[in-house]
Amino acid sequence: MEQQQYAIEMLNITKRFPGIIANDNITLQLKRGEIHALLGENGAGKSTLMSVLFGLYQPEEGQIKKDGRVVQIKDPNDANDLGIGMVHQHFKLVECFTVLDNIIMGIEPTKAGFLQKAEARKKIIELSEKYGLKVDPDAKIEDITVGMQQRTEILKMLYRQNEILIFDEPTAVLTPQEITELMQIMRNLKAEGKSILFISHKLAEIMAVSDRCSVLRKGKYIGTVDTAKTNIEELSAMMVGRNVNFHVAKKPAKPGDVILEIDGMTVASKVHKNNAVKNVSLKVRAGEIVCIAGIDGNGQSEFVYGLSGLEPMVSGRILFNGQDVSKCSIRQKSVMGFSHIPEDRHKHGLVLDYSLEDNLVLQTYFKPEYTNKFGFLRRDNIRKKAEELIKKFDVRSGQGPITTARSMSGGNQQKAIVARELDKDPELLIAVQPTRGLDVGAIEFIHEQIVAQRDAGKGVLLVSLELDEVMDVSDRILVMYEGEIVGEFDPKKTTQEELGLYMAGAKRMEVKE
Amino acid sequence: MKKEKKNILKTNGMQSLIASIICIIVGMFVGYVVLLFINPAGAGKAVVTIIKNFMTYTNSGMRVKYFGTTLAKTVPLLLCALSILFSYKVGLFNIGCSGQYTAGACAALYAALKWGWGWIPCLLFAVIAGALAGAIVGALKSYCNVNEVISGIMLNWILLYLTNTILSGVKEPTSPYTYQLKNYGPKSLLPNIGLNKLFNNNANVTMAVPLAIIIAVIVLIVLNKTKFGYELKATGFNKNAAKYCGMKEKRNIILSLVISGALAGLAASLYYQTGIQQWECTTASVPAMGFNGIAATFLGGLHPIGTIFSSFFIEQITLGGAYVDKTMYSSQISDLISAFIIYLCGFVLFLKLLMKKMIAKAEAKKAAKEGGDK
Repeated sequence: MEQQQYAIEMLNITKRFPGIIANDNITLQLKRGEIHALLGENGAGKSTLMSVLFGLYQPEEGQIKKDGRVVQIKDPNDANDLGIGMVHQHFKLVECFTVLDNIIMGIEPTKAGFLQKAEARKKIIELSEKYGLKVDPDAKIEDITVGMQQRTEILKMLYRQNEILIFDEPTAVLTPQEITELMQIMRNLKAEGKSILFISHKLAEIMAVSDRCSVLRKGKYIGTVDTAKTNIEELSAMMVGRNVNFHVAKKPAKPGDVILEIDGMTVASKVHKNNAVKNVSLKVRAGEIVCIAGIDGNGQSEFVYGLSGLEPMVSGRILFNGQDVSKCSIRQKSVMGFSHIPEDRHKHGLVLDYSLEDNLVLQTYFKPEYTNKFGFLRRDNIRKKAEELIKKFDVRSGQGPITTARSMSGGNQQKAIVARELDKDPELLIAVQPTRGLDVGAIEFIHEQIVAQRDAGKGVLLVSLELDEVMDVSDRILVMYEGEIVGEFDPKKTTQEELGLYMAGAKRMEVKE
Repeated sequence: MKKEKKNILKTNGMQSLIASIICIIVGMFVGYVVLLFINPAGAGKAVVTIIKNFMTYTNSGMRVKYFGTTLAKTVPLLLCALSILFSYKVGLFNIGCSGQYTAGACAALYAALKWGWGWIPCLLFAVIAGALAGAIVGALKSYCNVNEVISGIMLNWILLYLTNTILSGVKEPTSPYTYQLKNYGPKSLLPNIGLNKLFNNNANVTMAVPLAIIIAVIVLIVLNKTKFGYELKATGFNKNAAKYCGMKEKRNIILSLVISGALAGLAASLYYQTGIQQWECTTASVPAMGFNGIAATFLGGLHPIGTIFSSFFIEQITLGGAYVDKTMYSSQISDLISAFIIYLCGFVLFLKLLMKKMIAKAEAKKAAKEGGDK
């Protein structure tokens, strides 16, 4: 029978929110035992569609079929009963519980009211061996890596015998190695007959792992293609609606005077007794992009904290235009010409409960433009500035300047931060993972902005985990491994493979400076 | 830009108002049911009496006089509510307000009775005492990461017994009460600025009433219009982001609790320096003022101006309870009924959330309908 071919069909789904049609007549058919990618930019309607499938929203029009039968999914419990499971982008795990506790939570096996963990443990170990999901059932969530947390989430679905697995942007938080492992896990799951929906905007991953790919753009369904019969260029054109440059067009760098000089910086670690950053020295010149590459957790975050002043340095000196700024406060550095696009936009970058306009002046609110001499905010000027930046950087939001930052999509939140930091007209831009979790269109835009800063004679220090970004954007690459700089490269004369060896600690060179 | 006609229900203020009114009605209904159980005959009358408060008097002179007393007693509640509101906006829950209020009372009364200070130094002394009490909680919070609720509650008791001890030095020899201000420290009484005449020679009505309202307006302005308020709120919402953009986040936490404590200290000063009540040196519980302030803050929709009205309402029913027929109900019943209403006031935020959801649902339906018409 023909309809039996599909595990899940979402037919002509329409979901409206006040002022916006999030899903406009979208059809998505997931075959049994396939990996089906759902591709689209931020705000294209991917999350809404998945929330409809998971029972978090009710569609105004359209129907959902499971194995050819029409079903009603009113809440996530219905979805679970139908065998639909989801790994959310932000994991839903209890930090102080063990992996085992998290997996059995809600369906704990009990006998006379007592937990039967031994039984659950056996089942979990079986599952993890079957699918190659390496976890320690007794480790606490707060102690394990992000990759392991994700595997816990996957085991949670498998433990519940879910047949249809939804992965919402699963690679956004992973290191390159973990991504490779995840891809293998997904293939294993497919081989065991599970059907997978893979939400992503990373084209290379979609090409690597999925069988078919459905594309959404601005709430509309664009089409479904077999990944074997398409290529990255076609997919990206479908997603963005135009052709995208994958390679950042930039002129050769013209490095000028040294803007930033770091001399022997050491920063303590918050998690272990050793120092996270060990005696790092480097220079950033005007008009060049220096990139710090490395695998996550090798001291990059702490290095930036030490540089910006978020954490104290144990030792070392920071010279800015020849002046010692080691003892300066964050505010003083900011006023001198530091701009900082932080790694974690929710933790540091934004006050999520503030409006967009209030977030856009977070670094400048105290200047006479925005605060008069009696200490009152000049709301009219703030509004004017916000409208200018929203237009210039194409920051999209529901209600313009007065939108709560929390309600904006991740890409637009990031754009708001980039807008704020670049508008300060800094002499030194510190950009940490500026494109993390963003779609192709937004990445292209942010890369252009970073290169424009360089061309305007600013110094740029880029910290990135994405090798493509490292190779494309930077003029000089420094590899950081276990808190030390272990190599310096010219992106034109090196390869991703060579960098990988240094990033993994297999090789190192003496770096002068 | 084109202006759209706004649904009046969608404005935040309107939602707060409706939620508050629903809470009051439900609270009164629950109170009524309880009264019915105890003694069905007088239940309706008792509820009406509680709400009427000073209007129970038939003589208009008495009405005006006791209206004045209600206002005078509203003042400390309003300032305590503002104290809690201020810290709440900065993301802190200042349950230590009662203790700071106690510290203020101690400072004002001791300075007035022992040293014979004038009203201005007494008032300032009370403000400083409250601020210091707030600073302790703030410093513990920002430097040692001690939860402000825990340290606040514990400090409440320390301050209560400290106050009892200190004020025992200025109490009447034969009673647990401190000396009357009008006999032993008349200079410390707040000026009436003619208001007593408006209220049928009620000496308790002083400049404290207009001052409290002015302070509510100042709190509103500071929080919403100034750089200072912007920094404090940013720190409250996201301490890390505040640090990242160079605000002094530790200082801001301490400062907000200092201001919150100062408001609580002022509350005590503006109450005790009217001479309306003496401190009882055997008091075994922290003054309820600081806790009722929490109810007033929420009933007022977390808005300084709303707080003015909610404080008045809560004081109205609290005092109204005194007029309930004591032959039918025990004298504690009035407190019980007021407590019900105050308790229900805590549900304002919940109701507001419910209302927002309902509106969103109705809109989604409307949007769906409009979309279908196209």
